[in-house]
Amino acid sequence: MGAVTPSATGRKTGSLSWLVLPALVMFVGFGIIPLIGVVVLSFTNWDGIGAITAAGFANWGSVLTDPGLPHALGVTFLVMFLSWAVQTPLSILLGVFISGHQKYRAVLAVLYFLPLLLSSAAIAIAYKALLDPNFGLGAGLGLPFLSQNWLGRPALAMGVVIFIVSWQFIPFHSLIYQGGVRQIPRSMYEAAEIDGAGRVRQFFSMTLPQLKNTIITSSTLMIVGSLTFFDLIFVLTGGGPSDATRVLALDMYLRGFRGSLMGPASVIATILVLIGLALALLLQRLGGRGGASSQLEGA
Amino acid sequence: MDSQHTSRRSILALAVATPLTVGALASCGSSGPGAAKAGEATIWYLSGAPQETIRQNAVDAFNKANPDGKLAVTLFQNDAYKTKIKTAIGANQAPTIIWTWGGGGLKSYADAGQVEDLTSWFAENADLKSKLFETAFAAGSVGDKIYAMPCETVSPIVLFTNKAVFKQVGVSEPTTWEEIMELVPKFNAAGIAPFSLGGQSRWTNMMWLEFMFDRVGGPEVFEAVFNGEADAWSNPASLQALKMIQDLVKANGFINGFQSITADSNADQALLYTGKAAMMLHGAWTYGSMKSDGGDFVSKGDLGYMNFPSVAGGKGDPTNSVGNPSSYLAISSKATDEQKTIAKKYFKDGLLTDAENEAWIASGSVPIVNGIDSKLGASDDAEWLKFVYDTAANAGNFAQSWDQALSPTAAEELLNNIEQLFGLAITPEQFATNMNAVIGK
Repeated sequence: MGAVTPSATGRKTGSLSWLVLPALVMFVGFGIIPLIGVVVLSFTNWDGIGAITAAGFANWGSVLTDPGLPHALGVTFLVMFLSWAVQTPLSILLGVFISGHQKYRAVLAVLYFLPLLLSSAAIAIAYKALLDPNFGLGAGLGLPFLSQNWLGRPALAMGVVIFIVSWQFIPFHSLIYQGGVRQIPRSMYEAAEIDGAGRVRQFFSMTLPQLKNTIITSSTLMIVGSLTFFDLIFVLTGGGPSDATRVLALDMYLRGFRGSLMGPASVIATILVLIGLALALLLQRLGGRGGASSQLEGA
Repeated sequence: MDSQHTSRRSILALAVATPLTVGALASCGSSGPGAAKAGEATIWYLSGAPQETIRQNAVDAFNKANPDGKLAVTLFQNDAYKTKIKTAIGANQAPTIIWTWGGGGLKSYADAGQVEDLTSWFAENADLKSKLFETAFAAGSVGDKIYAMPCETVSPIVLFTNKAVFKQVGVSEPTTWEEIMELVPKFNAAGIAPFSLGGQSRWTNMMWLEFMFDRVGGPEVFEAVFNGEADAWSNPASLQALKMIQDLVKANGFINGFQSITADSNADQALLYTGKAAMMLHGAWTYGSMKSDGGDFVSKGDLGYMNFPSVAGGKGDPTNSVGNPSSYLAISSKATDEQKTIAKKYFKDGLLTDAENEAWIASGSVPIVNGIDSKLGASDDAEWLKFVYDTAANAGNFAQSWDQALSPTAAEELLNNIEQLFGLAITPEQFATNMNAVIGK
């Protein structure tokens, strides 16, 4: 929820503020109230079935001193950083490429977007079958280097997760960048060409700076989104091997629903919410204030 | 661990949050899915062939015979079900009849007063009780009270071998742990993995521990854990068993990349019947799928099977077995009296009928009915069925799978630590320390 910024037309639209009501009701009903519930649960003992009993700060104490927490946090931030570092440059390049108006690019763009249409669970199951060391892609194609213990070695499993996450989400971010690039006025490029700037120079000196806000939007989505990576990792590795891919969201699920420890799971959920909020605020800060820093012509 | 070869990780499990919210909403207006139409009781079963068809047929036959009091079936995938049933019971939305593995999970339902005490009902229906394997009742009871009716089949864990591979390498089947360790380098030298293992599923590794603990130290070692004795995992026998398992891992006893293989896809079974692995420790329920998926592997007699070998100097009786003593059905205490009546009628008249028993036998399983051994001989799989029956009936001790016997909290910690033990990420001592911390939880 972004803050409502007063604008020049504020007085006219002020009377229409009730329009926000349906969204607000949904947000309170499905966002705020469950969130309060989770915070309350974090101070209780509950196995999901029996009676709920108050636990004071015991759950917070045990989770915060559990070595599993820093580990899960580390894994979460590693996934966050790596998936951002892989996705951002590739998405920008792809986005710039498909923003051209040639016909063949439109065809390629459709192909690139295919992963977007698949659910994470389906992707995970498909990759799991492809990566099977004995009956997977390596065996099928007769390429031994593809028959690795992909999901059984911590470093390899992490690499596989990053690869699949990137494969899945690069199309989405390319789409955002494509839109961003198309908004950059043609006239600027024409001026640059007259000044003798080459393709590469144009990209670094004009396209990239002009995409600043798009990069921030896309990065916010990636970073906050990567906090809640769950389905893909759950189906692909279940957090293994030896907890190497046990991100915070998965840790929460496994503790709560597998281990029947709803109290500690709620503590982790609360921590996740706090980290997500902090990151979103930080990224907004980094991006300056909305339209104020727009470099678009006429803005 | 459970008696299914269907998917352990399922897409449905992911949807857990949605039914939670929807369930909460539904409970405002009606009593939700647990309470179906008037005159109907509900039952949730696990999907997956061939069990799914047998279960469905049993319910259909019951509904045909009882037009006034019907059962409505909903099917779930294995792993999705484990979460779904817990959530449903916690939200008072349980079906009338709850399918369960018994043990620690059932105890948590009973402790919360969510399932009916069936002790007096079984006392009234003594002939029903005496019809079923006596040993099957232990995991369906909490203390001296019976909370669930044993049903379906007995599934011991057994050691499967590929006889063709043994012949090819020119070695004979192992009868002791020491022989296993001698076989390992021989198979590795021949380019065949000694043991197939779906290590990513974790409970598959656990089966090894269950047998090693038993053969080294006897069933008392795990019983001490089960009974909540402090530091029970630090028993010297336990540490020795853990070390022996790690020795087997270090000797490349398990197929290369076993941590990437899941039991969901039955890839572990495929390794055995395609001859890429020589042996596999697995549940009796895999026989059916190896028969249907393995081409002529089973029919031409290449599949060998035996109880787990003994360990020299070990205290455990080599006839001991582990596995699932049966499946269980409990009745929700939140169901209406009418629904409970239908459920009990189903327990009495609709389960383990002659038709159902024949279907189980045809699928290569042994129903938990006394005297069933006389009917096994006529089957194509007579030899196998007799072996399963004898293994279960003659076992000095038949231990329930650990992850079902323990509480969900301890079971999850156990599976985590087992994965790390097999990955050589922790030592036996660290394993014991980690597990001691959750004893009795």
